Amino acid sequence: MKTIMLILAGFQFSPITQAQDIQLLVQKVKEKINLVNDYDAKGTMKTNVTFLKVPVAAVNVYFKKPNLLKIKNEKGISFIPKGAVNINMNNVLNSGNYSVLDAGNDKIGNTAVRVVKLLPEADTGDVILSTLYIDAVNQVILKTKTTTRDNGTYELEMSYGKYIAYGLPDKIIFTFNTKDYKMPKGVTFDFDDGTKKRTGGEKLKNQKGKMEISMSSYSINKGIADSVFK
Amino acid sequence: MWNLLQIELFKIFKKPRTYLAFAIIAAFIFLIQLGLYVNGRDWMMFMLGSLGETMNIEYDKLVNGYAVCYFVLNLLLVHVPILVALVAGDVVSGEASMGTLRLLASKPVSRTQIILAKYAAIAVYVFALLLWIAVISLAVSIAVFGRNDLVVAKTTGLQLIESGDVLWRYFCAFGFAFIAMMVVAAISLLLSTLSENSIGPIVATVGIIIVCTLISEMEIPLYQQYIKPYLFTTYMLGWKGFFYIGSTADGETIKGSIQYLPGIVKSLAALLLYIAALVAASVYIFRKKIFYPKIIL
Repeated sequence: MKTIMLILAGFQFSPITQAQDIQLLVQKVKEKINLVNDYDAKGTMKTNVTFLKVPVAAVNVYFKKPNLLKIKNEKGISFIPKGAVNINMNNVLNSGNYSVLDAGNDKIGNTAVRVVKLLPEADTGDVILSTLYIDAVNQVILKTKTTTRDNGTYELEMSYGKYIAYGLPDKIIFTFNTKDYKMPKGVTFDFDDGTKKRTGGEKLKNQKGKMEISMSSYSINKGIADSVFK
Repeated sequence: MWNLLQIELFKIFKKPRTYLAFAIIAAFIFLIQLGLYVNGRDWMMFMLGSLGETMNIEYDKLVNGYAVCYFVLNLLLVHVPILVALVAGDVVSGEASMGTLRLLASKPVSRTQIILAKYAAIAVYVFALLLWIAVISLAVSIAVFGRNDLVVAKTTGLQLIESGDVLWRYFCAFGFAFIAMMVVAAISLLLSTLSENSIGPIVATVGIIIVCTLISEMEIPLYQQYIKPYLFTTYMLGWKGFFYIGSTADGETIKGSIQYLPGIVKSLAALLLYIAALVAASVYIFRKKIFYPKIIL
């Protein structure tokens, strides 16, 4: 009888315990991320969007608390997706009050992850829902899905290396929605080599775009001037 | 032959209308540069259209010397044939109307040499004209706007060419444009050998270019399939091919590559064929021409 009571008590309190666990996990991830006040990362950026052909660019990624982020191509020009500010987890986890919901367990590759949903308490912001896939062992976020009011859904996949202690990824894959692209009429005549039919005036429909940043080094907590972000 | 060429060059560069073309081009390019210097950002925003809704774009960096030159060439190379026709259409017919052609034909040089010397002189003029365009549209634009990556807009999307990969493309493009303009010069020369006054060949050349360009660009299957492949204007835009960069399946551009090299080679071959045929026809007609004495009342 005593055993049955204990089991029932266990069932009754397990959701609360789980909720506390997940709160604690998110808190620990947040604490880890909060170790970084600013960073300047060097890396390469590869953009894959249907209607864009761009070279791989050498970029500097600058971050400063609370939510300043800038991706700069020091030598040339880069097209940076709007919403790329979310590649920094600090911007996701410290973006105001939200409710944390446990959404179970999952796997990314061979790594077991906890799935957490963050629901912003304020309903005026752009973000409607964020889903985090957290590696509980290393206390880092491996993947996020962010649904926004105006800019569709962003996905972020991260892999970690030597900066895992700060929760800073070595590689980030940012997937985003691209809107229609239509070249203005009458701007130019295309050279038609005869191998491909022209698509004059044709719209390139909504598709997914991808931006991949591979970081080679981080300079952490060395201080960054605000002017960098202007 | 060298003496003949010198004489023909003297004739061309002695006429004020020759310099008119240089002045028109300078004024046109200056106006574009001024406009882009003041409103370049707005122009680039218009060019990139809805892309700004998805991407953060450094518009100010995009308005650079290379981009300005590309814009100038897009607008200008459609009109340069008119300036070429202005001079080339006059080389034979102008002399015919003045009565000096008969005198020239009586000299101890072959008629073939006369026509070839005239065509060579036009080539020098066209080269000078394109060099002038290159200097003020490229060199001056770089001096004023600086260098950076070049964005090229196509109907299928946008492509970015790294700054260090652009200059050689301009050299090739200007080289290609020279061949394209020499086709126009050859048409003018041919029409000039058929006429006794300058206005006719000049207007006729411009008319041919306008009609052929319109047919080339009309998306009507009948014209696209049966007529377009035979029009010289179809191949004149080949210079743009040097700015269509090759890419991987992921859309990553390949430095130093050209997307449609066979298309450019085909265009170049077609233009050279046109030149050979038109110049040969000019030589043939000029050799058969009978010069009647000009009676001035």
